[in-house]
Amino acid sequence: MPDNLTTPTPAAEMVNATINGIKVQAPKGANIIEAGERVGVFVPHYCYHKKLAISGICRMCLVEVGGPMRGPDDKPVLNPDGTPKIAMAPRLSIGCNTPVTEGMVIVTNSPAVKQAQNAVMEFFLINHPLDCPICDQAGECKLQEYSVEFGKDASRFREEKVHKPKQVDLGPRVMLDDERCILCSRCIRFMRDVAKDDCLGFVNRGSHTTLACWPGKKLAGNYSLNTVDLCPVGALTDKDFRFKMRVWFLKETKSICTSCATGCNTVIWSRENVVYRQTPRENDAVNQCWMCDAGRHNYKHINAASRLKKALVSGKEMGYADALKQLGPKLKAALADRASVAFVGSGRATNEELYLFSILAKGGVSDCVPRTWDGDNFLVNADRNPNGAGAKIFGVAAQPMGSKLTVIADGIKAGRIKTLIVHQEDVNRRGIGADLLAKLSLLVVVDFRPTETTKAAHFVLPGVTYAEKRGTFTNANGRVQRVWPAVSLGGEERSDWEIFRDLLRETGQPDRFGDIAALFADMAANVKPFAGLSLEKIGGGGVQISVT
Amino acid sequence: MDPILIHLIKIVGVVGVLLFICAYIVLAERRICAFIQDRLGPNRVGIPLWIRKDGSAIQIGARWALGQPIIDALKAIFKEDFVPGHVNKFYFWLGPMLVMAPALMVWAAIPFGSTLCGVPMIIADVNVGILLVFALASLGVYGIVLGGWASNSKYPFLGGIRGSAQLISYELCLGLSVIPLFMQVGSLRLTEVVRWQTEHLWLVCYPWNWLPAIIYVASSFAETNRAPFDLPEAEQELAGGYNTEYSSMKFAMFFLAEYANMITASALMVVLFLGGWHLPFVPVSGGIAVGVAHICIFLAKVCALALVFIWVRWTVPRVRYDQLMGLGWKVFLPLALAGVLITGLAIVAGWSPS
Amino acid sequence: MKIERKPLTLWERLYLPAIISGMMLTFSHLFRKKVTLRYPEEKPEMPPGYRGQPVLVKDDEGRVKCVACQLCEFVCPPRAIRIKPMAYPENAKYKKVEKTPEEFEIDMIRCIFCGYCEEVCPERAIFLRGPYSVTGLSRKDMVFNKEKLLELGGTLPDPIKKWRKK
Repeated sequence: MPDNLTTPTPAAEMVNATINGIKVQAPKGANIIEAGERVGVFVPHYCYHKKLAISGICRMCLVEVGGPMRGPDDKPVLNPDGTPKIAMAPRLSIGCNTPVTEGMVIVTNSPAVKQAQNAVMEFFLINHPLDCPICDQAGECKLQEYSVEFGKDASRFREEKVHKPKQVDLGPRVMLDDERCILCSRCIRFMRDVAKDDCLGFVNRGSHTTLACWPGKKLAGNYSLNTVDLCPVGALTDKDFRFKMRVWFLKETKSICTSCATGCNTVIWSRENVVYRQTPRENDAVNQCWMCDAGRHNYKHINAASRLKKALVSGKEMGYADALKQLGPKLKAALADRASVAFVGSGRATNEELYLFSILAKGGVSDCVPRTWDGDNFLVNADRNPNGAGAKIFGVAAQPMGSKLTVIADGIKAGRIKTLIVHQEDVNRRGIGADLLAKLSLLVVVDFRPTETTKAAHFVLPGVTYAEKRGTFTNANGRVQRVWPAVSLGGEERSDWEIFRDLLRETGQPDRFGDIAALFADMAANVKPFAGLSLEKIGGGGVQISVT
Repeated sequence: MDPILIHLIKIVGVVGVLLFICAYIVLAERRICAFIQDRLGPNRVGIPLWIRKDGSAIQIGARWALGQPIIDALKAIFKEDFVPGHVNKFYFWLGPMLVMAPALMVWAAIPFGSTLCGVPMIIADVNVGILLVFALASLGVYGIVLGGWASNSKYPFLGGIRGSAQLISYELCLGLSVIPLFMQVGSLRLTEVVRWQTEHLWLVCYPWNWLPAIIYVASSFAETNRAPFDLPEAEQELAGGYNTEYSSMKFAMFFLAEYANMITASALMVVLFLGGWHLPFVPVSGGIAVGVAHICIFLAKVCALALVFIWVRWTVPRVRYDQLMGLGWKVFLPLALAGVLITGLAIVAGWSPS
Repeated sequence: MKIERKPLTLWERLYLPAIISGMMLTFSHLFRKKVTLRYPEEKPEMPPGYRGQPVLVKDDEGRVKCVACQLCEFVCPPRAIRIKPMAYPENAKYKKVEKTPEEFEIDMIRCIFCGYCEEVCPERAIFLRGPYSVTGLSRKDMVFNKEKLLELGGTLPDPIKKWRKK
């Protein structure tokens, strides 16, 4: 695991404290905000983020702190009833940078704390513009939320606000509005400590302090958009999502990123079957709170206009059921001679699809397309197939992956292989050119988008993307993680596992996979690494399995 | 001329004029009620003379909605004639007919003019005129009761029951209130009543006839189901009463019959109390002009009285059912008997001119 | 509380005088001035603040005041409003305002004229105003687009000029 992904091992030693009269046990070294979270006491904060270094500059988390009093003899002072006497600190302390100690008494709802929160909010709002109607952060803005909860109902500020640069182009994907910035420095700390690309900093002084890039640098790294997630206000915005849709309309669906074998946990934000953005979802075992920009923006194909919404039979559009009816007997006849059939599966398919594909491909030659580029030792894995591990588990991929593609090409050239079944891959770009595809007597392709291979296919069955189906992926470390359907195109397309289930039924296999749960149960019963698992057990966080 | 042909012409004429007045009295009612409520009422549809190419029409009387009765009738005819599944079909059909027919038949014995070209302006000058009129008029209640009962539904049924009880009660008062007149005239023949009034004063001019006149008017409101005695069709209480389940032309029959009854009641009132076709200073007999004038006078009196009916309807609120019955049996009946007695005393005392 | 119900006097119990005075009253109404408005020819004068059709307004410089914050779309109970926001293009006159609606549609069949959109608007860009007769021959006709809503709304002078200072 890369060093910037390691989490501190939790200290075994616990300390006892009291927050608002509630007893809390927290690991030694934990701060007041974390301790409060354990018992449901919320301490507002802007600059503090649990995955970032503490800077303590926003002053929003001020709380009252006290501890057991000690006499001149360094012995605890006791009340008449024997309990330790508590001495409250004369001034408020910031919750983010105050570790909880034994016997500490913390008060977060006293008049002094409320007054402090109110004053801090007023300071923040002095120079903050009233941009909410056009600000993309509106609806998920911490400034809005705290203003309602802790701020005043009206502004006392009658002077001219400080005007700072707006619409500053920080990098290829991030836009900065300096007026909205509340100078929490989360973005600076992220780029310095997590992304290891120290490119941001504050310039100027006092009210005129602004966020800026170092001279000659741009906020251009592959992790720049995490600063947009971190920004508690609308100062940093994603150029791709800018002015597209208000967040309160968007439906959140748990998913995972399928751009590489890391399998970052994500949330897909969609409205009326259109995906508008993808953001990372916290999972300390995979991606903490981050994801790369490339994966984040890799959702445009979901709503592409070119998507296949109908089955194609020799290039002619047809309903799914009709196409299946025509394909069934031909496929059954072709599969009678397994030696003449080749299969190209996909490392982008779910475990369930690969399992069904492996049943279909039993006895024939099968392989997957490898995708290996440079990894970055952080979140981008060198293997860009999101489920290469799964393809190996189910035996769909050869060892090493891609080594049998040439065998298949040669087989077609020699006329040994007459039937080819392809899942989600454009084999035309992988050594099996149009001239070879033309020699096949039956080419069946399951894909969600038109490619050169689908053009040559006798039968194309319309599949879906990862954002439209249920299923699981196995990442490079052997973690099985689920996806959920976020959108639906409403055409004739089917989840790929449903297509393979139907193909198996048409070729005379017993129909034992009614729904995804039954399919997974069957898989868990027959494939060793998945033994004892179920979709419920995997849940939102995923489950680690043994890949070997 | 063939007497049968003459009768036919008279029948067609009477029925035609009656239905025409019915149609326009509905319009008059809508206009007058609107005016009383400071509204305008129907004011759009005139009688179309020519329809231009662009669809607009040249029409007359649009401000007074003279075409309204025509399109109302067309609407009633072309509307879906919906018959609910739970009704007794035969009596359901019979109801509106039984209401409409007596309202028209009554006119057989009503003198609507003196003579025209030597022909008496009455269809059947029977010697038991008033009895025939009452006998036929009281048949109307069967239509209401049948309609209410055949609808096989709660509110119409209640409306029918109310109708029958009310009509039977007030028929008594109606009959008793006209007895004094015939004591004075000495004949049940309605032409005879009119002739008596041409020779003497109108019957309403004699003080001892005032009480019977008031009872007669009030009872005829009740007989015709007009406000303030429109209990059988109280829409607030009975969702429309006996005609709730009716639609289209069958509903229109009930609706028209109410107005036909109203005009019949007015006509009887004119004949019995207001001198029929007689008007002072208009000669009692003469040529065609005089004959036509008598018919016009009669119609004018009937229409004026019908307008009073409308006027009362939009002034006086509906009475409660127990009040209606109490008024009929405990007030009008004794008073009508008293009227008979008073008139008798007047005749014995020699004040009456007969 | 018990209210004493006075017994009627004989005069009152006769009813006829009351009926006649009532009839006189209704008769006098026959000749009063009528309150009916003959609608297509005579149009009612709408009072100020009348909540008619929602419209979009421009300020006195001709700038579309809406900044596509989509709060009205969010608050709209029947979901009649549809907004597609966009950024002002480079070198646009009002680039500093940053955001503007690319499309702004109100489905007038869905609109219930509740006025929430006007209430919620932080830019005072949408108003429920004069036009009360909203008609169309098809469902498509009844979806009013940005141009139509701006035309109906016209200009509303803006005393604050919030964006000028940006």
